[in-house]
Amino acid sequence: MTTLAQSPDELTVEHKVTRAPVSPAQRYAGSVSLLVLGLVTIWRFGIDGHHDQRASIRFGALNAAHVPHFTVPAAPVAWVAGVLTIVLGIIWVVVPRRRLFGLVMGLGVGLFVVALLCWLASASSFVSVDVVGLLTSTIGYSVPLILGALCGVMCERSGVINIAIEGQMLAGAWAAALIGTVLGVTAGMLAGALAGALIGWLLAVFAIRYLVNQVVLGVVLNVFAAGLTGFFYDAFMQTNPEKWNQPPLLDPVKIPGLGDIPVLGPLLFDTSVIVYLMYVLIVLVDIWLFRTRWGLRTRAVGEHPKAADTVGIRVLAMRYRNVIIGGAIAGVGGSYFIFQVGQFQKNITSGAGFIALAALIFGRWSPRGAVAAALLFGFASAMQNMLSINAPSIPSNFVAMLPYLATILAVAGLVGKVRAPAADGEPYVKE
Amino acid sequence: MSEATRDPAADPQAAAATTPEEPEEPRGFWARYARANSLVVTLLAFVAAMVLGGILIAIADTRTQDASHYFFQYPWDTFRYGFAAIWHGYVALFQGAIFNPHTAAKGTWAGYVGPISETLTNATPLILGGLSVGLAFRAGLFNIGGQGQVIMGAVCAGFIGFHYHLPPGLHLLLGIIAGALGGAAWGGLAGLLKAKTGAHEVITTIMLNYVAVSLLAYLLSVKGFQAPPYGQAISNPVYKSAQLPPLLGSSVRVHGGLILAVLAAAFVSWLLNRSTLGFRLKAVGANQYASRTAGMSVEGSYITVMLIAGALCGLAGVSQILGTNSQLTGDIDAGIGFDAITVALLGRANAKGIVAAGLLFGALHAGGTQMQSATGTPIDLVQVIQSLIVLFIAAPMLIRAIFRLKGTAAGVGGGELAKGWNG
Repeated sequence: MTTLAQSPDELTVEHKVTRAPVSPAQRYAGSVSLLVLGLVTIWRFGIDGHHDQRASIRFGALNAAHVPHFTVPAAPVAWVAGVLTIVLGIIWVVVPRRRLFGLVMGLGVGLFVVALLCWLASASSFVSVDVVGLLTSTIGYSVPLILGALCGVMCERSGVINIAIEGQMLAGAWAAALIGTVLGVTAGMLAGALAGALIGWLLAVFAIRYLVNQVVLGVVLNVFAAGLTGFFYDAFMQTNPEKWNQPPLLDPVKIPGLGDIPVLGPLLFDTSVIVYLMYVLIVLVDIWLFRTRWGLRTRAVGEHPKAADTVGIRVLAMRYRNVIIGGAIAGVGGSYFIFQVGQFQKNITSGAGFIALAALIFGRWSPRGAVAAALLFGFASAMQNMLSINAPSIPSNFVAMLPYLATILAVAGLVGKVRAPAADGEPYVKE
Repeated sequence: MSEATRDPAADPQAAAATTPEEPEEPRGFWARYARANSLVVTLLAFVAAMVLGGILIAIADTRTQDASHYFFQYPWDTFRYGFAAIWHGYVALFQGAIFNPHTAAKGTWAGYVGPISETLTNATPLILGGLSVGLAFRAGLFNIGGQGQVIMGAVCAGFIGFHYHLPPGLHLLLGIIAGALGGAAWGGLAGLLKAKTGAHEVITTIMLNYVAVSLLAYLLSVKGFQAPPYGQAISNPVYKSAQLPPLLGSSVRVHGGLILAVLAAAFVSWLLNRSTLGFRLKAVGANQYASRTAGMSVEGSYITVMLIAGALCGLAGVSQILGTNSQLTGDIDAGIGFDAITVALLGRANAKGIVAAGLLFGALHAGGTQMQSATGTPIDLVQVIQSLIVLFIAAPMLIRAIFRLKGTAAGVGGGELAKGWNG
């Protein structure tokens, strides 16, 4: 008993909270970019803006009834947004917190966008900004990106690099157009998924069985899919579109109740079946990966295949399944192009698969992050589209670059550490 | 440490005792790649790809389609028309790429050398791009950014070409240098990001491709770049003094870009086989950790190799804008960046192989055009054949299984270069 007598000091355990340090690059580059952004906002939209004009903001189409609608003075809004951005920049350099970096930068960009929209809405040639319209087009652009990024999550979490998302989407789009024309929408969507899965299967076989380098493989499969679909497009579809290339369009389906919510209803619950399918898939993939045995095994296989193998998980089988399912998801994403536009064109996906790849990386290989990134990139596309129509003086091509520049900054470590699954891209050979 | 705790792999004798019959695996990606891909495998990959391409030709042929409707009554027709379509298609391919007796019968110079000229014209940027990708491969990097580098090269060379009035020789020289620098800047950026921040070059180069595409689209809408009357996304034409001279007379298209390509191939060959820098690059590509231990600058090598690779792709852009075309358009890169990857793989990342592979794919492109106009077979077939060839040679196990060849089962990419995003 006496041996245990200790001073009370020795028995207390001190918990010291240490903060993750912020890299100088993050601290100063972040601050400087916020300051620049704020100054540009004040200069371009405040001082240089339309002083006596009020910006008119709508939440719905012009001819729709009961559309919420208000006007704000554009130049003061720009001033406020700019000053707030500068204050953010100063706060950031004084008290940087690593966890808040994304939030702070997001706020800065958000304030800039608000000022930009108000400036646009106050221009004489441009009557008002339709927020719902902008968001609707954001979702329209985002759907294939989200589905492609989910495909990437499935593949890369299991340890197979998928650069062939573009090819899987293209194959899905082609098959959806062909089968959709002949057998109808449902069969078309199934065919799209199947075609995507087929390219996924090719990726899996060559990567897992024949150990082909996965980056090379992805590039080659993209060329293959583009060549094959282009070949069949020229051979059949172009010459005889009535027979082979006139798929029905998907009509929006309104969900009773939810669809009647004022602004969100038409935006989220009065769209095509593929969008609803996307909602389901987002939830499903997230649960799948993080709440099920399958997901645990998938992640184990992607991080440390040898350990997974040791405890009896069939590494190669897990990878096959995930890559093929991922391909099917991307194929559905491809069929979205068809059932929105109505016809297959050569290279109809036009790089969406690569933006999806960027979203996957920008979202740090997590389903939620990837979806958020895809929405962000979709918003950039919607902004680009709106600017190119309504404000030709602003070079919309620079807006188009933003997703790619953001991804470069992300992998360069400016947005925190971006780390892929540890065994991503490494074939597993049993010893 | 003691004898008992020694790692058997570290002891050559113990290792030899445990696996006596296993031949020593060659180290390094390219050593394994070269061994796994004998000339036979390459040839068979070509044959297999052409056979599958032939099936596609038959499927696309309308007469064969009609005959297939009564396939079960009279299958012979389907086969007859199918084989006829394949034969005509491939004959047209050959005529478009090598020699066409019909045009030669006219007796004109263009009739004789036209097909060869087309092959060489198509091969020029493919060789330059292939050299770029191949060189980066040897240093352990994937240059997927050919598209962006070609675009930037073409933009810079084109700008010099249509914006300035200069004496003939100087103008061309400055255009070529500007193009090389433009590509080098775009490639070097990816190298710099890799060296300084560890950002994976595959990701950054893909992203830089799209940045370049958007930049080009912007430039083509700006006065000074865009050609009047400012309706189309096309640039001003390059002045005659900046254009690469025609090599086989002005009636056919082949131009001085081919000389650039040959010089570049010689340079890359010298660089890889004879120079200290090339040795360093290859060492870094084979094992970056060993190279670092040996005192080499891995970061410096990444930047250097991406600068050179970018410059080579920039020259491909020069060949596009100062040779094959004279105006910038949105698709000035013509898919060279991605085709170059297939060329580098088929050419096994050495200069001679890349020249041969570039000529082969150049011939396929030239022949594909002729095939499309003569028999109506879509030119996209060439892309399919090209990707199939690369797929087959990248998976020698598959080709050996198809043709029941004996030999090592080693796949490509199972080795050092199959690193993931974090590697």
